Amino acid sequence: MTLGTHQRQASPSWADYFTGQAQVCRTLALKAFYAAGVPAEERPIGKVPLVALDFETTGLNPREHAIVSIGLVPFDLRVIRPAAGRYWVVKPPRTLTEESIAFHRITHSEVEQAPPIAAILDELLAELAGRLVVVHYRNIERPFLEAAILANRGERCLFPVIDTMALEARWERQGLLQRLKRLLGIQAASIRLADSRSRYGLPHYSSHHAKVDAIATAELFQAQMARHFTPDTPVSDLWA
Amino acid sequence: MEAEIREFRDHISRYPPFDGLSDDLLDEVAGAVEIAYFKAGTTIAERDGSVEALSYIRSGAVEVYRHNGQLYNRLGEGDIFGQLDLLRNRPARFPVQAIEDTLIYLIPKPVFDRLCAEDDDFADFVELSGSRLKSTVEQSLRNNDMIATPVRRLISRLPVMIEESASVQEAASLMTENDVSSVLLLKPGDGEDSDHVFADTEGRQWLLTGMITDKDLRQRIVAEGASPQTPLSSISHGWIITIQSNESVNEAMLTMLRNNIQRLPILHRRRPVGVVYLSDIVRYETNNSVYLVNNIFSRTSVKALARLTPEVRASFVRLVDEGATSRMIGGAMSSVGRSLIRRLVELAEADLGPPPVPYCFMVHGSLARNDQSITTDQDNAMVLHDSFDPKRHDDYFRELARQVSDGLNACGYPYCKGGVMATNDQWRQPLARWKQYFSDWIAKPDPQRLLHSSIFFDLDAVHGEARFAEELQDLIAIRAKASPRFLAALARNALGRTPPLGFFRTFVLEQDGRHNNSINLKRRGIAPLNDVIRVHALGVGSRAQNGFERLDEISSAGALPAGQTDKLSYALEFLSLVRMRHQAQEIKDDHEPHNAIQPERISDTERHNLKEAFQILSNAQSFLRFRYPSPSR
Repeated sequence: MTLGTHQRQASPSWADYFTGQAQVCRTLALKAFYAAGVPAEERPIGKVPLVALDFETTGLNPREHAIVSIGLVPFDLRVIRPAAGRYWVVKPPRTLTEESIAFHRITHSEVEQAPPIAAILDELLAELAGRLVVVHYRNIERPFLEAAILANRGERCLFPVIDTMALEARWERQGLLQRLKRLLGIQAASIRLADSRSRYGLPHYSSHHAKVDAIATAELFQAQMARHFTPDTPVSDLWA
Repeated sequence: MEAEIREFRDHISRYPPFDGLSDDLLDEVAGAVEIAYFKAGTTIAERDGSVEALSYIRSGAVEVYRHNGQLYNRLGEGDIFGQLDLLRNRPARFPVQAIEDTLIYLIPKPVFDRLCAEDDDFADFVELSGSRLKSTVEQSLRNNDMIATPVRRLISRLPVMIEESASVQEAASLMTENDVSSVLLLKPGDGEDSDHVFADTEGRQWLLTGMITDKDLRQRIVAEGASPQTPLSSISHGWIITIQSNESVNEAMLTMLRNNIQRLPILHRRRPVGVVYLSDIVRYETNNSVYLVNNIFSRTSVKALARLTPEVRASFVRLVDEGATSRMIGGAMSSVGRSLIRRLVELAEADLGPPPVPYCFMVHGSLARNDQSITTDQDNAMVLHDSFDPKRHDDYFRELARQVSDGLNACGYPYCKGGVMATNDQWRQPLARWKQYFSDWIAKPDPQRLLHSSIFFDLDAVHGEARFAEELQDLIAIRAKASPRFLAALARNALGRTPPLGFFRTFVLEQDGRHNNSINLKRRGIAPLNDVIRVHALGVGSRAQNGFERLDEISSAGALPAGQTDKLSYALEFLSLVRMRHQAQEIKDDHEPHNAIQPERISDTERHNLKEAFQILSNAQSFLRFRYPSPSR
């Protein structure tokens, strides 16, 4: 299955990779996920069904740490639909550290009663199928999900994501003006979710909760699109 | 409950109309919310676009426009839009634009429909313009016993009655026997043509001629050393004030206050069914404006009267706190104001001697309309008998006017800045001259002059020859409705003061989109509303002075489209009440009460209702222009 990864790097197209994986994957849920396809590169973002995804994890390293909760919410550039979203608490293979519990406000008993991630992976993949994933900071959701699927299904799962944090960095961290500011020692603006949101007049949400954060990410993406892009922007300008 | 639902719910539940929803319905709303973001300057709803959800502003601000591009409303956090289109199942009527980056929570139509079906307050809130104000006003009426309760409820026994040919001794023993302090006087009523003729159970006709009280027996018989055999007819006052059994307790109270009496016979049609005592009403609703009026009449100097000012204020605050309507409070405060003038006139007459010619002490403005609040100028004038000779008599009346006016000023009713006071020679004139004034104003209606004289068109007698004031009322009622030019000029002046559009955050939002920090509710709402009502009232030849009574007459005359007078009446009640509530609060906070209100001190519900009241006023002004156009020459 390492072939797939190589193919992705060699091939110019996510669409080709999805078509190939739909053929070769043995796991039914993965087969279906890939078969649902991915938008063509030139497809306007305004016409693409999206899903905002947020994980809470016990740490930053997918090889050492585990997923604790998963929130997702389907949306598009017009409307966000929290009622159609999902939220799971999952039981990590290793015991939770006290710190991460305190941080996530998820209790021991909640985690103890929760299913292991293996039990909900198929459902999760079905929710993601046919939708372009939007996250804030791509180095969490995609690698943790890939690691979980590899560990439980023995197959690779890769897909394009739009990272609202990377988008925010484009105008808050890059460009001549920002470099000049850095030279002058002016602190760059924070591109964390809450700080980014406040630049768009988005309200403060009090909860640290995967589904609330997924909604917050979807709102931020709508706001970024409204301010910096148009609905006609091709997805390839946005995803990574 | 899921975290995001709690997040939505916490916000939504802070704002009307959601703040009154049950927990279950709130959960349902929060669970169904969809979200959309709009950058500042973008269009949220196009005119004629389909409306599938109620829009709730989570953050940011929007502007709603009329078809002609005129600003209709500006809305911020916690406000809603689209409800009228949803209710009517129609495309968007008014375009909506984001004026700041705005996050909207969309509440889908099926959920909105359920809220309307299951929560009456929610339905009232989102219902068409008028009914929200209506429900608020009606609720406060329902909550107020005094105005809803008929006076017959206070009757505890049948009236004790005796023929007036009987002796005072017979009356006294009858009163003792029945343990009452008053008795009604009758005489055979055959062939009498009077409202006070009634038939007893045996079909005999009787005429109710008066009432004798303990006090009469004491003062007119015992103190005078008169014979116990004196016939009652010789000590009867010869007149009697009564009230119909279906009138409200409040009306009974006001009648007693107006006439300074302690007992009031209650009639069912023409038949006496009981006597209500002031103490009954006081027991029913502790309300010290009754005591206050008694107190006023027992004071023997201006200084002593001035010392009552805190009590006047306390009584005002109590009425507001007890949830009285503006009409009741206005009525009670006017009774206090009138009593004060009467007492001041009595004191002045005691000082100056009896008047050389008959005269009428007349009031204008709020006192004439019986809608006095707590901060109010004195507006008064004198109508003198036509035999008045300035050289011989005016010294007397000038001094009388001065004493009353100074007294009122000392008692917290400051001098009128516009000089509408009997101290002003111009407004202390014989009846014929007053008739000439009004005839001129009506026949030659120069808007500029009318601006200063319109105050005189609310007038009422307070002391002396009430018929002088009535003759002026009659003249106005007859002449005004026959003079389209006068009505047009009056109508034009009634458009001079416009209401604001509403409120936005901590600002008053003006029609042209500008912001102000405070609003003078009297100048921008109540006064122009009274102006509008006055034009219609004069247009139908009404003699009523009170705004609500005028509206009743305008309504019976069919001068306004159906439902309009109700709306005006709700608007008048609400605007007046908000002003009174804020004044009461100022008094409680130890501040001088005034008419200016800061938007941040207005509750959310008040805001919505005020906005609606302003809208009603604005529409009424537009209609006035159309109804009384300036005649082309």
